[in-house]
This record gives sequence, C-alpha cells and structure tokens, in this order.
Amino acid sequence: MQNIELSTKDLSVFYGEKQAVKHISLDFAAKQVTALIGPSGCGKSTFLRSLNRMNDLIEGSRITGEIWIGDENINDPKTDVVLLRQRIGMVWQRPNPFHKSIYENIAFGPRYHGIRDRKKLDQIVEESLIKAALWEETKDRLNQSALSLSGGQQQSLCIARSIAVSPSIILMDEPSSALDPVSSAKIEELIAELKQEFCIIIVTHNMQQAARVSDRTAFFLMGELVEYDDTNMIFTNPSDQRTDDYISGRFG
Amino acid sequence: MTQSGRKQKVKQHVIEEWTGKIVTSFCIVLLVVIIFSMVYFVATKGLSAFFKDGLKLSEIFGTTWKPDGEPPLFGALPFIIGSFSTSLLAAVIAAPLGISAALFMVEIMPNIGRKYLQPVIELLAGIPSVVYGFVGLSVIVPLYRDIFPGQGLGIAAGATVLSIMILPTITSIATDALASLPAGLKEGSYALGATRWQTLSRTVIPTTLPALMTGIVLGMARAFGEALAVQMVIGNAPHIPHSLFESTSTLTSVITLSMGNTVMGSMQNNVLWTLAFILMMMTFVFVFVVRWLERRAQR
Amino acid sequence: MSAKTKDKLATAVIVTLAGIIVLVMAGLLGFILVRGLGHVSFHFLTSAPQTIKEGGGIGPQLFNSLFLLVLTMIITVPLGLGAGIYMSEYAKPGKITDTIRLIVEVLSSFPSIVVGLFGLLVIVNTFGLGFSLFSGALALTVFNLPLMVRITEQGLSGVPAAQKEASLALGISKWKTIKSIMLPISMPVILTGTILAAGRVFGEAAALLFTAGMSSPRLDFTNWNPLSPTSPLNPFRPAETLAVHIWKINSEGLAPDAPQIAAGASAVLILMVLIFNLLARWVGRLMMKKFTAAK
Repeated sequence: MQNIELSTKDLSVFYGEKQAVKHISLDFAAKQVTALIGPSGCGKSTFLRSLNRMNDLIEGSRITGEIWIGDENINDPKTDVVLLRQRIGMVWQRPNPFHKSIYENIAFGPRYHGIRDRKKLDQIVEESLIKAALWEETKDRLNQSALSLSGGQQQSLCIARSIAVSPSIILMDEPSSALDPVSSAKIEELIAELKQEFCIIIVTHNMQQAARVSDRTAFFLMGELVEYDDTNMIFTNPSDQRTDDYISGRFG
Repeated sequence: MTQSGRKQKVKQHVIEEWTGKIVTSFCIVLLVVIIFSMVYFVATKGLSAFFKDGLKLSEIFGTTWKPDGEPPLFGALPFIIGSFSTSLLAAVIAAPLGISAALFMVEIMPNIGRKYLQPVIELLAGIPSVVYGFVGLSVIVPLYRDIFPGQGLGIAAGATVLSIMILPTITSIATDALASLPAGLKEGSYALGATRWQTLSRTVIPTTLPALMTGIVLGMARAFGEALAVQMVIGNAPHIPHSLFESTSTLTSVITLSMGNTVMGSMQNNVLWTLAFILMMMTFVFVFVVRWLERRAQR
Repeated sequence: MSAKTKDKLATAVIVTLAGIIVLVMAGLLGFILVRGLGHVSFHFLTSAPQTIKEGGGIGPQLFNSLFLLVLTMIITVPLGLGAGIYMSEYAKPGKITDTIRLIVEVLSSFPSIVVGLFGLLVIVNTFGLGFSLFSGALALTVFNLPLMVRITEQGLSGVPAAQKEASLALGISKWKTIKSIMLPISMPVILTGTILAAGRVFGEAAALLFTAGMSSPRLDFTNWNPLSPTSPLNPFRPAETLAVHIWKINSEGLAPDAPQIAAGASAVLILMVLIFNLLARWVGRLMMKKFTAAK
C-alpha cells in the first residue's frame, strides 16, 4: 500500500476495567476511504474516536499502543492534542453545527488558527462550502443561522467546517445514518469527491454504504480486528468465516 | 504553515489553556478560602467566651439570660429551645402543605399545577424575609392575639411565618422526587386495580420518602437560620415560654438584636459569637443529615 | 370506608391544601399591594426618610439597594462563572472535587446572619472597610456565590456534548471552546438564574445589618464624585438598603406613619422582586426562542 497517512500499532482502549478495543494494528492510506464495519458495540467507534484523542474526554478511558502520523506517535501524553486535532477532522452521526451563522460555523476554526484577514476568511468559507457541495444553496444566506438548514445540509456544513482547517485526515462516525436516503446519497457522493484530497476513515453500520464508498474495509468484532482487506475482497471473498457471516446478514 | 509559524501558535494556545485553568482555579480556591476562613473566624471568636472569659459549658446551657445581672448569667437554653421549636413547628406545618402541592402538580392535575401552582411557589421563594416578617407582624400576630390568650407574638407566630417561607424548598424537592419516579412503578400498582390514593400512599410516598425528608430537613435548616422574619414576630423575651403564644427568643433573634448594642470583645459580645458558632455547627448537622438522606434516596 | 371513598377524600384533601397555598399567596400579595401601593408616590420613592416626623420617603434606600445590587453582581458574576466553569469543566472526579462540592453546599446553607457576622468580623473590622456599601457587596457575594456556581454548572451541563466535541475536534483549545461555544449556548439558563439571584440579593437584609450598616449619611444627589463622603456613588459610605429599612422601622421606627412606610416599602420591594421574576422568565423565553426559532 502506498503513502500511509496514519497507522496504529497494538492499539487498545479501556473503559475502566473493560477493554473495548483490543490490540488493533491498522494502516490507513492517503487519498483513500477506509470503512470500519461490525455489529454495534464492536469497538469501531471507540477506535475511531481514539485516533484524534477524542476519547480523552471520557473519564476513566485509557489508550495503550501507538498511533503514528508520519514520524510522530500521537498517543503520547506530551502530544499537543489541540494541534493534533487541527490535522484530523471529524464528522459525527448527528449533524452538530454550532449555534452560529453558516459563515461563522466555517470561519470559527481558521480564525482561531490565526487567519484574521477578512478576505482570506471569505475565500476559505467559499472554498470549503464548494468542496462540501453546499455553496450554491447557501451563498446568499451565509449570515443566517446554521440551524435553519435541513439535516442533510447541516451535515454537509459540518463536513465543510472540518475541511476549513485543512486537515489531512477526516474521521466520520456513521455520517449519514441520521439522514433521509436522498441526503444520505449526497453525503456518499461528497465522500467520493473528498477522497481525492483526504484520507477518510468512516465507521458505518450500512454495509451497502461501505461497499459503495470505501476502498478498504476493516471488520471489527468484539473489540478485535477480524479482517482488513480491499473492500472488493471483503464483500466478495472474505477469508474469515465470521466476516462472511456478518456481511451476508447472519448476525449483527 | 511554516515551521516557525507553528511554533508561535503552540505558545499562544498553550498560554490560553493555562489562563483558563488558572483563572477558574483561582475562583474556586477563593471560594474554598472564604468558607474555611469563615468557619475559622466564627469558631475562634465563638470559643473565646470559653477560653478567654472562662465561661463554662454548663453555663451556656443554663435557663437564665441576664447579661447585665450581678453576676451576669449567660444561659442560652431559651434561645436554643426557641430556635428548635420554631423550626420544627414550621416544618410540621409546611411539610403536609408542600408535599400536597407536589402531589397536586405531579400526580393529580399536572396541567393546572404547572400553570398556576408552580409560579406561585416560585414567587413565594422570591419574597424577601423582611416582607414576611412585616406581614407576620401586621396580620398573623394580631390574628393570634385575638384568638388565643397572650400578645400573639411567640413561637406560633414565628413558625407560621417560617412555614410559608420554607414551603418552596419542600415543594420543589418533593416535586423533583415525584417527577423522577419511573412510570412503571405507578402503572404496576394501577394495573393491580389500586386507586390513586392507594398507589400514592403504598407505593409512591414510601419510595420517595428519603427525598421528601431531604426537602423537609432543608426547609428546617432554612427556618433555623432565618433571622429577621423570626425576630420581628417572636417577641424577643429572653426566657422559655409557657405557651406557643408567649414572647420568647431564638438564637438568630438575640444575635440580631444584641450584636449591634454590645462592645466587641466584651464577654456578652463573645457569648453572642458563641451563639453564632452554635448556629454554624447546626448548619453542618443539617448538611450531613441531608447528605445521609440523599444517599438513602439514591438507593 | 371503601377504597374509593378514601381515594376521593384524599384527593379532596390534597386539592384543598394546594388551594390554601394559592390563597395564602394571593392574600399575601393582595395585602402588601393594597396596604402599600396607596402610600407609594413619586415623593415617597424619591425623598429622604424622616426620623420622627411624618411624610418620610425611601429615596436613598431604594438607590442604595440598586447600587448595592450592581456592586454585588459585578463581583459575584465573574467569580461565580469562574468557579462554576472549574467545577463543570476542569474538576476531575475524585476526593478533592467531592470535598469542594460539599464545601460549596455547606456555604450555600449557611444562615445569612452568620455570613453577615463573618462580614462584620473580617471585612468591616479586620480589613478596615467599615460599614460600607463595599463591605455589604462583599458579604452578599459570599452569600450568593454558591448559587452562582450552581447556576453556571447547570447551564454548562445543559450544553450538548456534540457541540463541545465539534469545537475541540477542530483543534480549538478547551478555554476557547468554553468561552465561544459553550457559554453562549448556556446563556439562557445562566442569565435567568442570575436575574433570580439578583432578586434574592435585592431582598436580603440579615447579611447587611452588620456590613452595609443601618444608616445612611445625608446624601447629596447632585454630588457625583465617587470619592466624596456625601456622594451617592461613594462605595465606601454606609448605606441602609430598602430591606434593612423595612426591618428597622418595624422594630424601632419612631415616625408616626411607620406602618404605612413599612407597607409602602414592602410593596416596592415585592414589585421589584416580581419584576425580577418576570424579567427572568421573559429573558429565558426570548433567548430560548432565538436559539431554537430557526429549527
């Protein structure tokens, strides 16, 4: 695999005594979409959230192992998570735009990271919205509240918001599961567009979605990585019986 | 972003995080320091009557308060009895009212309750204590004077005024407790064909009892510490009364009245601080009883 | 008695008791307003009190109450916000945090007269600030801080976790996230609580008897130099507030119209509290609407 953007080595996550993620070693390539699939509670979301150290927010959680971005192990207490998170964007299951205007939602991050020039900010807002395929719908109402957008639009806005701080990796936690089918399809299209630029790691419950959008797929079961391969292989010719059972709908 | 630009950035947001931590920690430390110094100052001042003026513990629990007498007597038992009896009686009056109000709002007519009773209770909570004292003095005292023998001033008048003051505390805690009861509990009882009162008296009230008690104790604590409203209607005679309608005093009322009229450092003044110290210790007792009840309620 | 009759009887008792509360409240409000409002006039609200003559007003007291309220809130709000933010966002669960919580709870249940005495001992005497508005404001801050901390905590805990995470995931610092994302969202709750707390401050008297004092110097309302002893704006002068004034004329008022003055002052006090209450509701609803209208 060429151009590894992020990789984990022997990554485990504990909540108190309980081990939610067990010794996962995975490589994620740049400009590819990797899908994490598996039944509820298999640890895929926890794994995802540990990649940008979001799990730090949960009291009693503990991460062991290594997470490498370039030549830096970011699972280190000394890592500056603020800078780290600037390089890793995140999108959630439910759209969570800030209670601010559409413009402010996007400008908030870049402005904090030091861009004060109004013209430059305008440009970033426009570019981000264009990349998120939301510019046409919102260019005349940038000062309206982001909450006035529809659910699908809000999710696109959240994607635009995360790319506005120019990350190299975007984590998506079931980004379309709370949306209607039409909006969901739009988000999938968007993901296909965005992978030309970003390394995208997406957690999904929806196996058709995984098959449609991803290049590589990792199958998680009870905190363990069962199989990791090209998406085609996983869905047509899985090497593990449990993967086969899951994708053919025999459990989960 | 250039390498040096990034370094600059590191500094800025790290400084920002520290600012936040330091500013907020400062506030909380200040709060803690205030409380500790409060306990320290009131305690040292309150104990100085014993250590400096040689007051004996048995003296403070005597029944005669005659600071100007020869020899001066500092028996504070009348005040202690006054404080306990007014706050207990206030709780006895307010508890049925408050719990009924809560039952009304949660179980009987939630719509009317939330719309009319809730704001009324909130308003009662907002009325200043001097206004309660004023109304007590102009309505309740004359009323009691007409009905019962005596001047109308006393424990009964104090307790009546206090009961209205602590009603909001009891009601709001009872309301929260009743509202957070799992729906299944009541449905189970109704499904067995129980009437509403049977459900309330056999299931709902016993389950929420620790929480209801929490409200009552908190109300009592408030009544115990209330100063001006009580002082205005209690009569302020420094002896143990023979009836509920006879003038007496409480810890707070005697402090309120005498603190300004005694010289700092004199023995009488120091004994007043001892009373304040007793008041503070009672606060601790109330807080710990409430904590204990809350732990029971969670079970 | 059958179960049905008992049920009806119990319901009747509960409804009656609830009704009594409403009646008591109505009677209380009615009494104060009927008795007091007749005495309230522009002259009453603006003129100085008389010690032994009729016709005194409550002008300086009203001014003192408002001034003290402003002073208190200027000190309390930032401290309470800071401490509340610490408790809600920075405190790690454990023994120390539990202890702090217990301490705050203890402080919130201290009788206000004890707070006032502490003020007398430390602020008035030890710090040498004397009977003054500033001493009163500090005492009221002590008295009000726990409430402010609780309000802030309540407001912040109502902020959806998704909002906080979204900001942190953008590489925004925690402090900036709290300031720019969380506080604005919790504003309706915090503001409503603060206004109600202000109402409490306005009516408080016991903590002020021995800190702000029970007398006002002759005020010269044309003197706006905050350093001059007769200036109303001087925070280091003694000041009797409206609530303290009501207490004082009830226990030692010499003016022949003392009962009327007490009634009038009570009516004014109650009206102010009502205004605070309605304002809190209105602000809360308005801000809620502003945030959710677009949905």
